[in-house]
Amino acid sequence: MAAKLDQGPPNYKEMLPPVILENYGKWKYHEIPRPGVLKHVSETGATMHSVRVASPRLVSIDFVRDLCVIADEYCEGFLRFTTRNNVEFLVGDEAKLNPLLAELEAKGYCVGGTGASISNIIHTQGWVHCHTPATDASGVVKAVMDDLYEYFDSMKLPAKLKMGLACCLNMCGSTHCSDIGIVGVHRTPPRIDHDKIRKGTEIPSLVASCPTGAIRPDPKNKSVIVNNDKCMYCGNCYTMSPAMEIYDAKNDGIAILIGGKVSNARSAPSFSRMVIPFLPNNAPRWPETTKAIRDIIELWIANAHKGERLGEWVERIGWERFFSLSGLPFSDMLIDDYIFARETFRTGAAFKY
Amino acid sequence: MTEKKTPLLDELEKGKWPSFVTEIKRAAVKSPASAELLQVLERSYAERRGHWKHGGIVGVRGYGGGVIGRYVDEPETYPNIAEFHTVRINQPSGFFYNTKTLRTICDLWEKHGSGLTNMHGSTGDVILLGCKTESIQPIFDDYSEAGFDLGGSGSCLRTTNCCVGPGRCEHACYDTLEACYNITNEFMDELHRPMWPYKSKIKFSGCANDCTGAIARADISVIGTWRDSLRIDQNAIKEYAAEEFPIQSAVVAKCPTHCLTYNKETQELSVVAEDCTRCNHCINLMPKAIQAGKEKGATLLVGGKSTIVQSAFMSSVVVPFMKMEVEDDFEEFKDTVRRIWEWWDENGKTRERIGETIFRLGMGKFLRETEIPPVPQQVFRPRANPYVFWNQEELDQSGTAMDGSEVKNYNK
Repeated sequence: MAAKLDQGPPNYKEMLPPVILENYGKWKYHEIPRPGVLKHVSETGATMHSVRVASPRLVSIDFVRDLCVIADEYCEGFLRFTTRNNVEFLVGDEAKLNPLLAELEAKGYCVGGTGASISNIIHTQGWVHCHTPATDASGVVKAVMDDLYEYFDSMKLPAKLKMGLACCLNMCGSTHCSDIGIVGVHRTPPRIDHDKIRKGTEIPSLVASCPTGAIRPDPKNKSVIVNNDKCMYCGNCYTMSPAMEIYDAKNDGIAILIGGKVSNARSAPSFSRMVIPFLPNNAPRWPETTKAIRDIIELWIANAHKGERLGEWVERIGWERFFSLSGLPFSDMLIDDYIFARETFRTGAAFKY
Repeated sequence: MTEKKTPLLDELEKGKWPSFVTEIKRAAVKSPASAELLQVLERSYAERRGHWKHGGIVGVRGYGGGVIGRYVDEPETYPNIAEFHTVRINQPSGFFYNTKTLRTICDLWEKHGSGLTNMHGSTGDVILLGCKTESIQPIFDDYSEAGFDLGGSGSCLRTTNCCVGPGRCEHACYDTLEACYNITNEFMDELHRPMWPYKSKIKFSGCANDCTGAIARADISVIGTWRDSLRIDQNAIKEYAAEEFPIQSAVVAKCPTHCLTYNKETQELSVVAEDCTRCNHCINLMPKAIQAGKEKGATLLVGGKSTIVQSAFMSSVVVPFMKMEVEDDFEEFKDTVRRIWEWWDENGKTRERIGETIFRLGMGKFLRETEIPPVPQQVFRPRANPYVFWNQEELDQSGTAMDGSEVKNYNK
């Protein structure tokens, strides 16, 4: 039988538990009775508990089936995933909350990710499935979350802390707008395979793909030339053409950006900013990366006001103060030299020594 | 098959956080492809590089996207993942599921693919990770039969996504779940058959907390808001005061526009409604006492994208307030985005996101040609340079050099 075209996603209305159908749009307020548990109260007086559980995002179908067994027993067969790829069990019957929590604990699920905590890291494909990565995604995330687990199942931070990881400068996901962004970076120019270019690369598109204009056509050779002095190794030319291989096992690694946010609460949404230009790909545990992130987070915990997101704290004390407090080396690599650079320079005489 | 060792990956089965390595191993019990994926990944860990070949164009009949082709770089060594394609399945609004639906997803994937998934991809889709080319059409046929459709990939409208909205949030200013469902169905053709300069994403967030990250992760960002005053329940304020909640320091002092005043004597909180920018901070901190206004809708922002090519952009305000009503079928929204896409399709260069097209040609031109009125809410501040374009046809050119007749006089 031929597939039905353009039928769209399943109707969400069939996916909502009875307590939501009855209280849809009538929610009055919510509380967080304990880390990982939300209590929503409706205008009708009805309550619903959501129990948030960690997921590695890359999961087997048996993981999903296990979730289904739990949802059938405690949640009338309903559950949801969050925009940070956690799982939420939706409990309409309050009597089932504690038995559910006991079962989750017995089975080794990680309950947390609410309030002033570190929730799941939004991340990408890495070496598992992508052709352009400069680092792995799943492995780095596992290493970082193992290290910071104490902040997932508690709510003792100054404010929530969101992390994103992207395995290359395409920055799929939320790295550019997270409290802490982990980005895979290259440090060497692409290697041109002239035969491959001649066989099937659209040269004008390849030339246009370069942000810095480092690539120009070479009509004599029916290929292209890369000006290595203008190349900052973004890898977008490789995205356009298989002839521009850029991975370099010895020199690829990770950059750390901090201070981004998307919510409008108090301050406007902001981009994350680079504070560490390079850390090595030290698989399987990436110790330099996990340490750098922990150090930044602990500095924020020790110095921020209550309720202050990482970026809000740094903006209040000044980036120069952040560098002196953190001891992170400041180098010209951290000074912007791309299109919107000028607005990041200090056009004022007020600063701290 | 002989058991192959994975000492590096085995390290990542330790620790408290749930392990993706354990998950791949679980899938590997039933799937030779997943078993080989584990081997390739172990090699990547040892060599610190990826092993997937560049690109790959595969798909299903009738659509131009939805499947991401992927091939391992040593097919002789790893025949089971010589082809290891990803299928994107359009998720239900808000990632709500019943277990019957989830089990169907699992059973069909066990039949056809690696048994590995991403729940979910960053744009929102269910990601079915790893199948052979010959399986793609049968996969689509089976999922279609079971009531699923593919998500987007390529230069098209990508899968739309939304926050939990009125399903479980007191902050929701419009029905994000219904908007996402309705509008996705409206634009099925744009989603399944790439026809644009580049990708285009829509994300629906119910309030300024922006739980989908719409402002940074979508070309069209729809963020719920209201137009009248915050609603304050003074009795509930007194209850917060009784619990010694720090109303002055945690809420009032942090208000970005200083439009809140707390009277410690009377334990009353007041707001200057016209000064409030609806950032949601006070509501977040005192959800039992403060609510959004009654006249609800959304702000439409345009241009969000990540780094490549011209830096990351946040979406910026285009329509400050728009009704997002189920009753009128989201008509104003649909009409506006159609004009926006049409303009971009006409003016955008190959692989140019709409934010970059607007940046290159100018916000003024974009607004004029999409018939969206310019208003101060669209900018943080007006321009500082005087390099203004004027429409020459609107100027009085009679008796000037410009009308061609008086050139001689001007040269004297």
